[in-house]
Amino acid sequence: MCFDISVSRRLGDRTVGVAFTAGDGLTALFGPSGAGKTSVLNMVAGLLRPDAGHVRVGGVTMFDAANRITVPPHRRRAGYVFQDARLFPHLTVRANLLYGHRLAEPADRWMAPDEAIAFLDLGLLLDRRPDTLSGGEARRVAIGRALLSGPRFLLMDEPLSSLDEARREEILRVIERIRDELALPILYVTHESAEVRRLANHIVSIGSAAA
Amino acid sequence: MNDWFGVTLLFRWTGAAVAAAVMALPLMVRAIRLSIEAVDRRLEDAARTLGAGPWRCFATVTLPLCLPGVLAALVLGFARSIGEFGATITFVSNIPGETRTLPIAIYSALQIPGADAAVARLSAVAVLLSLASLVASEWLARRAGGGRGGHVL
Repeated sequence: MCFDISVSRRLGDRTVGVAFTAGDGLTALFGPSGAGKTSVLNMVAGLLRPDAGHVRVGGVTMFDAANRITVPPHRRRAGYVFQDARLFPHLTVRANLLYGHRLAEPADRWMAPDEAIAFLDLGLLLDRRPDTLSGGEARRVAIGRALLSGPRFLLMDEPLSSLDEARREEILRVIERIRDELALPILYVTHESAEVRRLANHIVSIGSAAA
Repeated sequence: MNDWFGVTLLFRWTGAAVAAAVMALPLMVRAIRLSIEAVDRRLEDAARTLGAGPWRCFATVTLPLCLPGVLAALVLGFARSIGEFGATITFVSNIPGETRTLPIAIYSALQIPGADAAVARLSAVAVLLSLASLVASEWLARRAGGGRGGHVL
């Protein structure tokens, strides 16, 4: 089992939680807005500490409340593609792409910068600043930055939100190629059933059913 | 102090520097703290998931993003020290060429009959210095806000 996740956490007056196991490929975390999907991703990435449960990915335990194991976020090797891209505004696109690459152990880097730039077609953007990029471009740079950090798995938080039809198609193709060509496990958060039908190998519902 | 370390601060420029630091630091800390808090936490989170430990995250993301605020605080501290009067005259007295700050010089000149020209000159210097540091800190604060109307003070 690739993803073996069972987490819960109180946020304000409600509890966000989900428990599932899923195999390789793309696992869609599907549910309405406000169901706590992003919180689950944050817990898997280590940015939010679950109150209880465990997080195991590809056999490696990242968090286990019972055994008091908590791996800090920078050692989890999670490639997190945020909904709002979160490119570093003080760095160029090139420096953004290389940020995680430089920090990764050489043995953990499985993609060269040139490969990622060709894969995502970023060649013309390298010397630009993040604030001059369009939404789709920023999203592609964010995906490239995550891939170059040598991740063992990807976390994607609604990577298609607020993009027009053509950009959506572009990013969808990129995600399909990551899933099929790079064979990288992906945990994908969305509230669009069309995306789930097209992309997902496994579907986990969260929200109305889980609450 | 003299017995222990062989240094003395009383009636020396070093003492004046310490007095100025003690008076300016609370202001600077406040400005620096606010500019660090204004840095987007979500960018720091992004750096953490990309493999940066807490210290590296601070050095490569937080510090560059709050640098204009830190510089503004430095200018502010400089201006505060230039105008230092009370702590200086209390602890290191008023020694020309050693511990005499600008306001103390003005005060001394005022005690001497007929030194109006000197007082006017020194006052002009004081006004110019404070104006320059005000403009500098305002400019830096504006850059810190990235044109979004943020303010560090």
